[in-house]
Amino acid sequence: MDTQKKHSVLKTKNLSIGYRSKKESTLIGSNINIELHKGELVGLVGANGIGKSTLLRSLTNVQAKLDGHIYINGITLDRYSSLELAKVLSLVLTEPIFSKNLTVYELVALGRQPYTNWIGNFSKEDTLIINKALNQINIESLKHKKCFELSDGQLQKVMIARALAQDTDLIILDEPTTHLDMYHKAYILKLLQRLARETGKTILFSSHEIDLAIQLCDKMIVMSENNVVSDTPCNLISHGTFESLFPNDLISFDKKTGSFRVKK
Amino acid sequence: MQNTSKHTISFIGLVLILILVFFVNVSLGSVSIPNKDIFNIIFGIHDNLSWKYIVLDYRLPKAFTAIIVGSGLGISGLMMQTLFRNPLAGPFVLGITSGAGLGVAIVTMGASLFGGIFLGVLASKWSIVIAAILGSFLVLLIVLIVSFKVRDAMAILIIGLMFGSISAAAVNVLSYFSSAEELQQYFFWGFGSLGNLSWNELLILFLIYLPGILLSLFTIKALNSLLLGENYAKSLGMNIKQSRLMIIISTSLLAGSITAFAGPIAFIGLAIPHITRQVFSTSNHKILLPAVFLFGAIIMLICDSIAQLPSSEYTLPINAITSLIGAPVVIWLLVRKRKMIF
Repeated sequence: MDTQKKHSVLKTKNLSIGYRSKKESTLIGSNINIELHKGELVGLVGANGIGKSTLLRSLTNVQAKLDGHIYINGITLDRYSSLELAKVLSLVLTEPIFSKNLTVYELVALGRQPYTNWIGNFSKEDTLIINKALNQINIESLKHKKCFELSDGQLQKVMIARALAQDTDLIILDEPTTHLDMYHKAYILKLLQRLARETGKTILFSSHEIDLAIQLCDKMIVMSENNVVSDTPCNLISHGTFESLFPNDLISFDKKTGSFRVKK
Repeated sequence: MQNTSKHTISFIGLVLILILVFFVNVSLGSVSIPNKDIFNIIFGIHDNLSWKYIVLDYRLPKAFTAIIVGSGLGISGLMMQTLFRNPLAGPFVLGITSGAGLGVAIVTMGASLFGGIFLGVLASKWSIVIAAILGSFLVLLIVLIVSFKVRDAMAILIIGLMFGSISAAAVNVLSYFSSAEELQQYFFWGFGSLGNLSWNELLILFLIYLPGILLSLFTIKALNSLLLGENYAKSLGMNIKQSRLMIIISTSLLAGSITAFAGPIAFIGLAIPHITRQVFSTSNHKILLPAVFLFGAIIMLICDSIAQLPSSEYTLPINAITSLIGAPVVIWLLVRKRKMIF
């Protein structure tokens, strides 16, 4: 029990998420209890509009939670200053970066910002970590390319390298596989799996690639209308969680292959 | 790493060009003075009093003003373009200049409206400076508040232009009620001029400009993280509100004081950052900021040399020259790059 607690990187307790405006608050999900441990690759799946992005935004303090608790490394999220949070949590977002005139190296190097001085000079250690990140993602050959010269898949790898250079315990990616072809979807998720194993970082991503996530993730968080379940993919399959994910008039979940089939 | 040495060479080249155009600028004017004599005057060994006066009390402060104006407007344009994530942003387009103009109009022409008591206080050079800075700061603040609500960059630009129109309308109303001399004072300010500053006024301008420049150095890191967009910048631990405020204060110190002393100099703030990005081919503000400084100073000195119409007694309004150079650059950028690369 004790060792379990020690390695818990992200934990929520009775978390409620949603939007709060002056007049009313819209509840999107409640009673969310998840716990992610060191070195785990975790996939967050659910239908469109179910609130995956809202959950990720709440977990990363972009959006205020409605109720409950979020702990990162055992400390309440609210207690972190933005700089402290930047040293334990890095993000890969769906939004395109604003300047594509940066070189790959410059972009990855921006990941070191929380550690650099007022003008952003790199220490030897910074340079070392930047090069290591480039190396781990195998994009050293792209180092001097400008970002507008890259394909979507390459750019996604660069963004992951940037998050790695930020050297945080937890990396959260919002739909890292959108806009990618089938090969690159598998490539990116496989890469995330390798990184979680090699670096011991906890990686949480949201995705629509349920079948790939089932094959690669250590744990999955399944969001449906009524509840949020988190478990290993095997347990989730045997409990029949995936069947309740979508309306069952068009597609159905095949337990044997772990994938969805179109009904004939 | 080879990039850094390439940039070092470019920087040395730019500094040399700056020194060259500085001397060219000082040696050209309506009275032709031989180059040798100019050097002698600058280094204090010459006794032709009228030449001495022309070089030391007119041409030198004018050249230094050109350096301050070009570098200051260029840097505030660069900061605005990154902050608003818009390649067309700049002190002029966002209404900062018109805000300063309105401030100046109120002190030069509003005096008769406010009655005679304020007349003496309002008409001094200092009050023009303060009014221009307050005017530009106010407009920039409003544009920024709007930019929190409106995410669309084009909308922010149009709102900036609207502020320009409102200011222009207010200036029109003021001018309707003011005397011919007051009108003239305002319109001469509006032509823009680098040559009106005495050493004392130049010192005052420099004292406002310097903290603006120093502050801009502290925004380099924030500007670089803003290249990824605001959400990424936040996730890198950047304090968005504080950085925004620093960028705004720096811009209004620079653009406000320059506009106050030299008048609304068009297009320099918009065009210089683009020219610099083309030459240096980078978005890294650690390189861009000093490069924009040098380019701004160089191009402003060249514009001023052209405006002098060498060996003639006429001086063109500096605003006309900067627009003649700046506007084609903007057109060229839009035609050449269907996709704006930042």
